[in-house]
Amino acid sequence: MIIGLEHYLFISAILFSLGLFGVLTRRNAVSILMGIELILNAANLNFVAFSRFVTIGISGQLFAVFVIILAAAEAAVALAIILALYQNIKSVSVDEADAMKG
Amino acid sequence: MDCIQSYVWIVPLMPLIGAVINLLLGRRLGNRVVGPLACLTVFISFCASTLLFLSLTKLPAESRSFTNLVYTWVLVGDFRAEVSFLVDPLSAVMILIVSGVGFLIHVYSIGYMHGDKNYSRYFGYLNLFVFAMLTLVLGDNLLLMFIGWEGVGLCSYLLIGFWFEDKKNAIAGMKAFIVNRVGDFGFMLGFLLLFWSLGKAGVWTIRFTELSANAHLLSAGMVTAITLLLFMGATGKSAQLPLYVWLPDAMAGPTPVSALIHAATMVTAGIYMIARMNFLYVLAPSAMTVVAVIGAATAFYAATIGLVQNDIKRVLAYSTISQLGYMFLGVGVGAYSAGIFHLMTHAFFKALLFMGAGSVMHGLSGELDLRNMGGLKEKMPRTYWTFLIATLAICGVPGLSGFFSKDEILWKAFSSDHGHWGLWLVGVLGAGLTAFYMFRVVFLAFFGESRTDKKAHESPGVMTIPLMILAALALVGGYVGVPEVLGGHNRFHHFLTPVFDRHTEVATHAHHSVGLELGLMVISVVVALAGIFIAYQMYIRHPEHPKALAERFPRLYNLLLNKYYVDEIYHAVFVRSLLGLNNLLARFDLGIIDGAVNGSAWLTKITAKWSGWWDNTFVDGAVNTTASAVISGGSVLRKTQTGRIQNYLLIAIIVIVVIMVVKII
Amino acid sequence: MTDHVLSWIVFFPLIGAAVVLILPRSQERAMKLVSVVATFVPLLLAGWIYLNFDRSTPELQFVEHYPWIRSFNIYYFLGIDGLSAPMVLLTALLCFLCIFASWNTDKGIKGYFSLFLLLDTGMMGIFCSLDFFLFYIFWEVMLLPMYFLIGIWGGPDREYAAIKFFLYTLLGSVLILLAMLALYFATEPHTFDMTKLMAARGSFVGPFWKVVFIGLFIGFAIKVPIFPFHTWLPDAHVEAPTAISVILAGVLLKMGVYGLLRISYPILPEATVWFSYPLVILGLINIIYGALCAMAQKDFKKLVAYSSISHMGYCLLGMAAFTQAGMNGAVLQMFNHGTITGMLFLLVGVIYDRAHHRDINGFGGLATQMPIYAGMTSLAFFASLGLPGLSGFISEVLCFIGAFPVYRTITCLAVIGIIIGAAYFLWTFQRVFLGQLDDKYKTLPEINARELFTLIPLGIIVIILGVYPMPMLDIMRVTLGNIISIVQP
Repeated sequence: MIIGLEHYLFISAILFSLGLFGVLTRRNAVSILMGIELILNAANLNFVAFSRFVTIGISGQLFAVFVIILAAAEAAVALAIILALYQNIKSVSVDEADAMKG
Repeated sequence: MDCIQSYVWIVPLMPLIGAVINLLLGRRLGNRVVGPLACLTVFISFCASTLLFLSLTKLPAESRSFTNLVYTWVLVGDFRAEVSFLVDPLSAVMILIVSGVGFLIHVYSIGYMHGDKNYSRYFGYLNLFVFAMLTLVLGDNLLLMFIGWEGVGLCSYLLIGFWFEDKKNAIAGMKAFIVNRVGDFGFMLGFLLLFWSLGKAGVWTIRFTELSANAHLLSAGMVTAITLLLFMGATGKSAQLPLYVWLPDAMAGPTPVSALIHAATMVTAGIYMIARMNFLYVLAPSAMTVVAVIGAATAFYAATIGLVQNDIKRVLAYSTISQLGYMFLGVGVGAYSAGIFHLMTHAFFKALLFMGAGSVMHGLSGELDLRNMGGLKEKMPRTYWTFLIATLAICGVPGLSGFFSKDEILWKAFSSDHGHWGLWLVGVLGAGLTAFYMFRVVFLAFFGESRTDKKAHESPGVMTIPLMILAALALVGGYVGVPEVLGGHNRFHHFLTPVFDRHTEVATHAHHSVGLELGLMVISVVVALAGIFIAYQMYIRHPEHPKALAERFPRLYNLLLNKYYVDEIYHAVFVRSLLGLNNLLARFDLGIIDGAVNGSAWLTKITAKWSGWWDNTFVDGAVNTTASAVISGGSVLRKTQTGRIQNYLLIAIIVIVVIMVVKII
Repeated sequence: MTDHVLSWIVFFPLIGAAVVLILPRSQERAMKLVSVVATFVPLLLAGWIYLNFDRSTPELQFVEHYPWIRSFNIYYFLGIDGLSAPMVLLTALLCFLCIFASWNTDKGIKGYFSLFLLLDTGMMGIFCSLDFFLFYIFWEVMLLPMYFLIGIWGGPDREYAAIKFFLYTLLGSVLILLAMLALYFATEPHTFDMTKLMAARGSFVGPFWKVVFIGLFIGFAIKVPIFPFHTWLPDAHVEAPTAISVILAGVLLKMGVYGLLRISYPILPEATVWFSYPLVILGLINIIYGALCAMAQKDFKKLVAYSSISHMGYCLLGMAAFTQAGMNGAVLQMFNHGTITGMLFLLVGVIYDRAHHRDINGFGGLATQMPIYAGMTSLAFFASLGLPGLSGFISEVLCFIGAFPVYRTITCLAVIGIIIGAAYFLWTFQRVFLGQLDDKYKTLPEINARELFTLIPLGIIVIILGVYPMPMLDIMRVTLGNIISIVQP
C-alpha cells in the first residue's frame, strides 16, 4: 500500500480533531495546552506532507520548523502563565480564572 | 520785656509732666515720691503764674496782654490753629486761682488719699486735671481752649469714677462726660459757625485777639446764634439748667476731686469762656438776657433743692450750682469782672467747704449723711472753724469775701442796662435760701448731740493746714474788690477792665444813686441773716420743727428731696428713647438691610434650585435616557462575554461549521 | 533698591510668601521670622519714602513706568503722591504689627503666613499702581487671600462671613471692571493710564458718565462701606481672626475712599460734583446710623465694626465738600481711623484670647485685674470718640470745618455723632472694665509684652498726631489741593 497524501491528511485531521476536542472540553489549563500542541502538530504534519507531495520547494519544511520553535516558546510562556495562575488561585482550572484582576 | 513772658508754656507743661510721670512710673516710684512730686509740679506752675502776674502788673494798663507762640498745631487751607498761650489780666487771674487752689488741694490730697491702693493713678489724674484747666484758660484760640475744655471733662470722668469698683461711681463719671458732651455739641457748632461766618466776611481766624477785633463784621442774628450755642457748651460744663444733672452725681469721686471740680476748675470754665468771649456777648443783648435769666433761675432752683438734702456733699453740690448761677447772672448782665470776682472768692470758700466736708468724712470714716453727724465742734475744732468761715463767706455776711462779690453781682443785676429788678429779687431770695441751707449743714454737723457711735478725730496737719490757708483767703480775699460805695477802690475790677472795656463794660455806666446801692446791700444782708436765723430756730432751738414741716407739706418735701425728679425724667425721655432707637436701628440693620442682602442671596439660591431642577429633569433627562438605553443594551450583550476562552472557541467553531455548511449548500 | 523702591515695597512680601511656602512644614518659627522680615523691609522702605518725599509738588513720585502688554496698551505703572503716601505708610505699619498679632495662630501656619504676605502685596499694589488695569489686578489679588484668611482661620461662622465678603466685594469689582472698560474704550488711543484718563477728563461729560460714576461709586462704596452696602462688614469682622480684622478695618476700608479720591474724583469731576450731595447725605447716615447701631451691639467686636462705619462717615462728609480743610480732614481721618481702629481690634483680640468670648455684658471690673490693658483701651476709646489732643479729634474737626461752609445743616446733624460716640464708647468701657470684678476673671493674665508691642507704636502715633498733626498734613496738602482744583476748577 502506497502511503499517499490522503493518509497524511487523514492522520492530521484526526490529530486536529483530538486536539480541538481537548481544548474545548478540558478544564485543566495544562490539558488545554496539550490540546493546542496536538493542533499545532497536526498543522506541522500538513506542512510537511504538502511539501513532500506538492512541488513547492522546501518552504513547507521550513514552516514546520518555525512552528516547532514557536510551539516551544509558546509552551514555555504558557506554562509560566499557568504557574503564576496556580500561585494566585491555587488551581489550574480555567473556569476559576474568570476575573480580570487578581 | 520780662523773660518769663516767653516761658508761659511752663505753666501748663509742669502738671502735664507730673501726670505723665505719675501715670507711667508712679507705681515704681512709690507713694513717698508721687504725692510730693505732684504737688511740686503744680507749685512750680503756681510760682510761674505769680511771676507772670507780676510781670503783667508792671506793664501799663492798656497793653497788659501778650501771647507766647509755641508751635503751629494745625494749618490747612484757611484754617490755622496754633499752640500759643495768651496772658492778659483775665487769664492771669485764672491761672493764679487754678494753680493756687489746685496746689492746696494737692497737698490736702496727700493726707486724704493716704493708703489708697491707686495713689499714683490719683495724683496722675489730678495733675492732668490741672494741666487741662490751665490749657483752657491760657489757650489763645478756640481750638486750644477746646482741648482744655474736653480735657477737664476727661479728667472729671476719670476722677469721678476713680473708685470704679462700685458701679455707681463709674456710671456717675460716664454721666458727667456724656452730659458735658451734649454741651460740647453746642460749643462745637458755635465754633464752626463763628469760624465760618467770620471767614465769609474775609477773616479766617480762631484767635481771641483777632476775633475780638473783627467781631463787628458779624451780623446781629449770627452773633446771637453763636453766643447761644457757646452758652449751651457753658451750661454743660458749668452745670446750669438744664444740663446741671451731672454735678450732684459727681460727688461719687474722692472729696478733694469734688473740691477741684467745683471750686477751682471745670465748672468755672463756662464762666471763663463767656467772659473771654465777652466781645461777642455784648453784641447780642438777647443772648445776654438768656444767660442772665438761666443763671438767676439756676441760682434759685438749685438752692431750693439744697434745702432738704441729707448728704453733706450733695448740699454743697447744689450750692455750687446755685453759686455758678450767680456768676452767670453777673456775666449775663454784662458785669464780667463781677462774675470773675465771684468765681475767685467762690473758689476759695467752696474749696474750703468741700475740703472741710472731706475732713469730716475723714474723721467719721466715710460718713456722709448729716443725720448721722452732730456735735463735731469740739472734736474737730480746726475743721469747724474753717468750715464756719467758709459758710459765713458763702452766705454773704459783711466783711467776708463772698459778701463783696455776691453783692456786686446783685447790684449789677439791678442797676446795669441789661439788668432787671426781677433778676435782683430772684438773686436775693436765692441768697436767703443759701444762708439757710448752709447754716443747716453747720448746725447739723457741728452742733447738738452726736448722732453716731463712730469716734470722730481731727484730721492730720497736711489736711488742716490747706484748710487754714483757704480760710484766710476766704476771709480777706474780698478786699481786692471793695466797691467804691464802701470806700474801696475795686482794684480787682480795674485790673480786669482792659479785657472787657474794649466794647465798654456796660454795667459801669449805669447811673444810680449811692443810697440805692447801699439800700439794696442792706436788704440782701438782712435776707441772708434772716436765713441764718431761721436755720438757727429750726435746727438748734426747735429740732423737731423740720420734721413737722416735712410732714405738713409731704408733696413739696418729696419733690425737693427727689430733686424735682429731673434725673428720672431725663432717664425716661432721653436715655430710654436713645436705647430704644438703638435697638430699633440695630434690628432694622439686621432685619431689613442685611435681610435684603441675605434675601437676594436666598433668591439667587432659589432660582438656582429651579434651574437645577429643570436641568436635571429635562436637559439632563434626555442625556440620561440615551445613556440608560446604551446601558441596558450593554447589559444584554455583556452576557455573551463570559470570559471563558473555551466558549469563544466553541462559538467560533460553530460559526465556521455553519459558514462551511452554508457555503457547501 | 531705591531705584525701584515701589516695586520692592509691593513685591517684597511676595518673595517672603514664596520662601514661607518652600520652608518645610515643621519650621514654624522660621516661617514667622521670614514673615517678620518680609513685612519689616517694606516698613523701612515706606519710612524712607516718607523722609524723601517731596512735599511741595502734586506730581507723582518714585515713578516706575514700563510697557507690560503692548497690544492693549497696558503699562506696569507705579508711583505715589500725597494721597497714596500716607496709605502706603499705614499699610506697611499695620502689616508688620499684624504679623506679631498673629503669632499664636495654631493651625496651618504655612498657609496663613503665605496668604497674609500675598494680601500685603495686593494691598500695597493697589495704593501704588497708577495703571487702571494693574490697579484692578491688585484689587482682585487682594480679595482671594482675604477670603481664605477669613474662611479658614475665622470664628465659628466663618464660611458664611467669608462668602458674604467675597461675593459682596466681587459684585463691586465687576462694576469697577465695567467702568474701567468704559473709560478704556472711550479714550483714543485706548488706555488704562490714570494720568492720561485724568487728562482726558474733559470728554467724560454727560449722563453716560454719571452712570459710570455710579458704577464706580457702588464698587468703592462696598469697600468703604457706605450705607446700605455695609452689612458684610460686621460679619466679616466678627468672624475674622484678630490680625485680619485689623487689616480689614485699617487698610481695606481705606481702599474705597482711596479709590474715590484717586479715580472717581479726578477722572470724572463733573459726575463727582453732581453726586456730592448724595455723598454727604450718605456720610451723615453713616455717622449717625453707624453710631446708633454700635450702641445697640452686645458683641465687642461688632461694636467696633459699627464704629468703623460711623467713622468712615466723617471721611465722606469731609471729602464731599471739596474744601481744603475737608479734604485734608478726610484723608487724615483715613489714616487716623486705621491706627485707632487697628488698636481697637487688637485690644478686642487680647481679651478674646483670654476670656474666649466677646459679650460686653459678660465682663465687668476688668480694670482691677488688667490695669495696663484698661489703660491702653481707654486711650484707644478716647482717641476714637474724638478727645482733643488725640489724633481722631483733629481729623474730625477738620472734616467739620471743611464741610460746614458747604453743608451747614448736615454738618450740624453730623456733630451729634460726637455725643453718641462718647455715649457708646464710655458705656462699653463701663460695662467691660468698671464695676465689680467677676470671680471667674480673677485669673486673667495681664496683657503681655508681645501684645503691648503691637499696641504701643499705634498708641504713640495716635498721641503724636493729636498734638502735632503737621507731619501727616504736610505730605497730603499739595496733592489734595490739586485734586480739589481738578474737581472744582
